[in-house]
Amino acid sequence: MPKELKTKEIVISLKNIRNQFGDQVLHNELNLDIRKGEVIGIVGGSGTGKSVLMRTIVGLNEKAAGEILILDKNVDDVSSKELTQLRQRMGVLFQDGALFSSLTVSQNIEAVIKEHTKLPSTLVREIAALKISLAGLPFEAGDKYPSELSGGMRKRAGIARALALDPDILFLDEPTAGLDPIGASQFDQLIARLQESLGLTVVMITHDLDSLHAICNRIGVLLDKKIKVDTIQNLTKEPDPWIKEYFGGPRGRAATRSHK
Amino acid sequence: MHRFINNDAVFKSLTSPEIKVSQNKNATLCQLSGSWLTQGLVNVLKPLEAIQPQREETFIFDLSKIQTMDTAGALVLLQKQTAIERAGGKTSLEHAPDHVTQIIITVDEHRIKDCPPAKKVRGFTDLLADTGKSFFELTYKFGELISFLGLVLIASYRQVLNPRRIRLTSLISQMEQIGIHALPIVGLISFLIGVVLAFQGAGQLERFGAQIFTINLVAVGVLREMGILLTAIIVAGRSGSAFTAQIGTMKVNEEIDAMRTIGLDPIDVLVLPRIFGLVIVLPLLTFYADIMGLIGGAAMTMITLDLSLFQYIRHLQDAASLGDFFVGMFKAPIFAFIIALIGCHEGLQVSRSAESVGRQTTRSVVEAIFFVIVLDALFSILFSVLDI
Repeated sequence: MPKELKTKEIVISLKNIRNQFGDQVLHNELNLDIRKGEVIGIVGGSGTGKSVLMRTIVGLNEKAAGEILILDKNVDDVSSKELTQLRQRMGVLFQDGALFSSLTVSQNIEAVIKEHTKLPSTLVREIAALKISLAGLPFEAGDKYPSELSGGMRKRAGIARALALDPDILFLDEPTAGLDPIGASQFDQLIARLQESLGLTVVMITHDLDSLHAICNRIGVLLDKKIKVDTIQNLTKEPDPWIKEYFGGPRGRAATRSHK
Repeated sequence: MHRFINNDAVFKSLTSPEIKVSQNKNATLCQLSGSWLTQGLVNVLKPLEAIQPQREETFIFDLSKIQTMDTAGALVLLQKQTAIERAGGKTSLEHAPDHVTQIIITVDEHRIKDCPPAKKVRGFTDLLADTGKSFFELTYKFGELISFLGLVLIASYRQVLNPRRIRLTSLISQMEQIGIHALPIVGLISFLIGVVLAFQGAGQLERFGAQIFTINLVAVGVLREMGILLTAIIVAGRSGSAFTAQIGTMKVNEEIDAMRTIGLDPIDVLVLPRIFGLVIVLPLLTFYADIMGLIGGAAMTMITLDLSLFQYIRHLQDAASLGDFFVGMFKAPIFAFIIALIGCHEGLQVSRSAESVGRQTTRSVVEAIFFVIVLDALFSILFSVLDI
């Protein structure tokens, strides 16, 4: 079980967020506070806008209304230079890694560092090698192209690139989807280890009930265009039928039992 | 454990990393301070470089004033420590705050002490090796194309013997895509080529007072060469690439594999309708291009030579023989077959990545145009030898 958080300091705060595509409103008056150092899991049925919520926070999706505060800065008020700096505090792992296919894994990481620093290339290579190792990949994987890696390795390489500038907040989009149970639980451990040793705040979209139990401090459930955030123990007591079905269904019960 | 003291550290109180060196009685004291983060790390590389250990010298790194440190900062410090120890010096890290200690431990666990240097720039021998490799690849590719040709011929033989196996819906739809949708562009380009030939020809032939032969130039040029060649090139760019992209995308989605497991032969279902469709449609398109080219020529000669349409048609009858027309039309189905064959073959060569769809599509267009032009040249020689 993940430990109880000591601090309640907030790193990301969403206020009255509204997202809509045409007439279809995905989120309305959505409020969410993400605390420093926590691992928060985002769940919800398909079409409830989990990915859209994540893309809104990292700035890939224009919100229709509301405020986003990242590290106490309102993203609408800061200058574009500050926004770039803010972006560097966030790392994103997309679903299939989204590595640049024309570059090797190592070059994928080096490209990020070279873009934002003036460090000499040998040091950049060493930093890239460090990130590859931190992501649990063997050293040789650095010289491979993304197409030569398995799905699990691609995700690890994606994490390594997300960590390139040592972000404070890491976003993960379905990190364990498509991995076998062994790979998935190893990936959970990797996230937990990185979170602890690097002091990261992790926001992960997931459908993996085992991940929710194993590493998430709190869980946000997207329901009725809003998000309900609580610990997994409290959520299981919720009367809402969707939440009941989610955590109380056969898979939910199995996951609860195995993490008791 | 949190790295920065407060959220504001991200912007304002991010101090540059520093290192101060002072001599003690029996040791060198290095006082580290500031934020050792990736973005500012470049400022500390020089001072670090300046620390050159003597034998048996002891270095004490005092980390107590470090504000925050990330993995790159820790890496730089640890690499320096290793370098000093290798040179025979002694080191110790002292008074590290908890969050810094944790980062340092993590990095020490994962760093690679001897990062091998990047691959050297390739030399002349590599160039030779690459040339040889691509030559062998080329011959191999050509062999594959020939074996694909065999497959297609066998499959079409089967279909011709048993016409009910022909996929009529697919064939008609392909003919619409390749033919009807290409009419505007083929028409426009042929018309303009007719105009250009007539204009340039009239200008040159005027010097001999042989302006009337402009019509011969337009007729022979369009009917024998330009009509078919331009149509074939447009179709290779439009439809040959589409074949590769369509079949390639299906390959990426495993649709081709799905077909095989259901018992459908992709050659029957995907390749033959495209090849037959193009072989039927390209001669029609060529005929249309010929007409449009002649109309373009007519428009221009009527203006520059001051002829009436009737006179133009009369001269055209003298200038062009039926043979010129058939020479052009004869080439159409052959070019069509080659374009479709290459387009489908390259589509089936796509591996399971989206990137390779783009690569194969480019290759398909280049190869198709190359073969069309080479064959056209060969045909020209053949026809002149046969005196047609």
